[in-house]
Amino acid sequence: MTPLAAAPVAEAAGVTRFFGSFAATDHVDLHVGAGEVVGLLGANGAGKTTLMRMLLGLLRPTGGAVRLFGLPPGRAVRRRVGYVPQGLGLYEDLTVAENLAFAASAYRTPEVDAPGGELRRAAHTLVRDLPLGLRRRLAFAVALGHDPSLLILDEPTSGVDPLGRGALWDTIRDVAARGAGVLVSTHYMEEAEYCDRVVVLVAGRVVVSDTLERIVAGRTALEVRAARWDVAFRTLDEAGMVPSLRGRSLRLVGADERRVSAVLAEAGVDAALGHVPASFEEAFVDLVTGEAAR
Amino acid sequence: MSWGTDGLTVRYGDRVALDEVSMEVPAETVSAVVGGDGSGKTTLLRALVGLVRPAAGSVRRPSRRRLGYFSAATGVYPDLTVEENLDFAAAGYRVGAATSRRRRGELLEVAGLSGATRRLGGQLSGGMRQKLGVVMAMLHEPELLVLDEPSTGVDPVSRAELSSLLVRAAASGAAVLLSTAYLEEAERAAHVVVLDRGSVLTAGAPDALVASVPGVVVRVGERPRPPGRSWRRGAGWRQWVPPGERAPAGAQPAPVDLEDAVIVAALGRGA
Repeated sequence: MTPLAAAPVAEAAGVTRFFGSFAATDHVDLHVGAGEVVGLLGANGAGKTTLMRMLLGLLRPTGGAVRLFGLPPGRAVRRRVGYVPQGLGLYEDLTVAENLAFAASAYRTPEVDAPGGELRRAAHTLVRDLPLGLRRRLAFAVALGHDPSLLILDEPTSGVDPLGRGALWDTIRDVAARGAGVLVSTHYMEEAEYCDRVVVLVAGRVVVSDTLERIVAGRTALEVRAARWDVAFRTLDEAGMVPSLRGRSLRLVGADERRVSAVLAEAGVDAALGHVPASFEEAFVDLVTGEAAR
Repeated sequence: MSWGTDGLTVRYGDRVALDEVSMEVPAETVSAVVGGDGSGKTTLLRALVGLVRPAAGSVRRPSRRRLGYFSAATGVYPDLTVEENLDFAAAGYRVGAATSRRRRGELLEVAGLSGATRRLGGQLSGGMRQKLGVVMAMLHEPELLVLDEPSTGVDPVSRAELSSLLVRAAASGAAVLLSTAYLEEAERAAHVVVLDRGSVLTAGAPDALVASVPGVVVRVGERPRPPGRSWRRGAGWRQWVPPGERAPAGAQPAPVDLEDAVIVAALGRGA
């Protein structure tokens, strides 16, 4: 393999971007390999979109370097990148076929790769008249028409039902199986299970880059089962420990079991306590709030 | 008194948006309606709070003053400050000055908005605006609190704060109903109704829905051909084997969660 072929599909090295005195990203290191699906997770304002815009060459880093296929972002490499923005980036007043033809001419692909099924039947429908599910599939078809080596997706599945979401992730995994690298941002930990690796951004910095299993492993939540969950909730709430509710049991992350037990006993609340594996979401909140408190 | 719908049907012109939907929304409980775009979630919530007229069936709900409703289309005025938005909500629901002061202090604290009372609604981030909208909908301690996708576009930390607001309402006796497209959110509810194309696909406590999946779900390494009854989970595949059918040779049973249970229900219906 030549050194260039071995280069990551996308790479950020020590990338910092200031807006005025605010660092939207702060020395971010990130790489996406060929055939790899990398999930980018973070709160609003954590720097996900800024990082994606730098990778797309739309924004220049204040410090550090961004490379796509070993080269700086620009026109030469842009043709090898597919992008689906949050707003889907389609022309609402053009038909499905016209959107595909427009993308094909922009990327100079010889022929429009007409997708099958419902999208084909809707070829002459204006995008603004399409249901959201079909629009999303069209946005994917547009982004994939030129067979990109890097696919960047900004929250691609919001509002999609479980079966539809499975189908979209299926497309994403197929793109990776053909050798492209994929960078996908999401707010939802349940989506992270489809990623080979997850990168978590907090306030512009990478706090973890690992597989989901390893991020969740070993983290536990304290489960509180009481005959009256509402009484237990108010008691813990008043003591400054806000539990979450799961069905009719309460859960606390990062709480001191002895203190919880003492607070409940003092208030005369009869409850059983036990440690259970933390959910993805609990692990994430634990990680983020723990990092913010540091 | 229990809130809910009985055989609720809603039509928009010729289109049936909801088809004989019955559901209970019990007090002191967080319940969830799950479904994708176009499943009828918003119509169900709007009919429950009285914004949509049923074509058939009925709705049980408290009087308007005892009802709270949040949707992305309602709520926060961009040219009023957070404080003024709350004054407006308090006046609308005739919340007394003392109650309003006490409630807003508590709720803004839980929502993580205490430091933002003088900011204009239009200057809030998406997550902050959603949280303020929910605070406005529950300021008057409604008996029934209905929230249409309160967490869409909200990051996980703000989602946890939103969730605390709802749990607090349920802990003080309210019946809380929220809609979501995400099952990890629904999994935390005591009762879940799954809507698909305007009717109830399945409903129950999350644990019960998972336990009652008919047949078995197996893990398969490769995409089955033909793909019917299979779906992607993570890097691999799941396949549903209905009762009385044989699993593919060598397939291992997979742990089932709410997401799988909902997919099996959709496959069982012939999605």
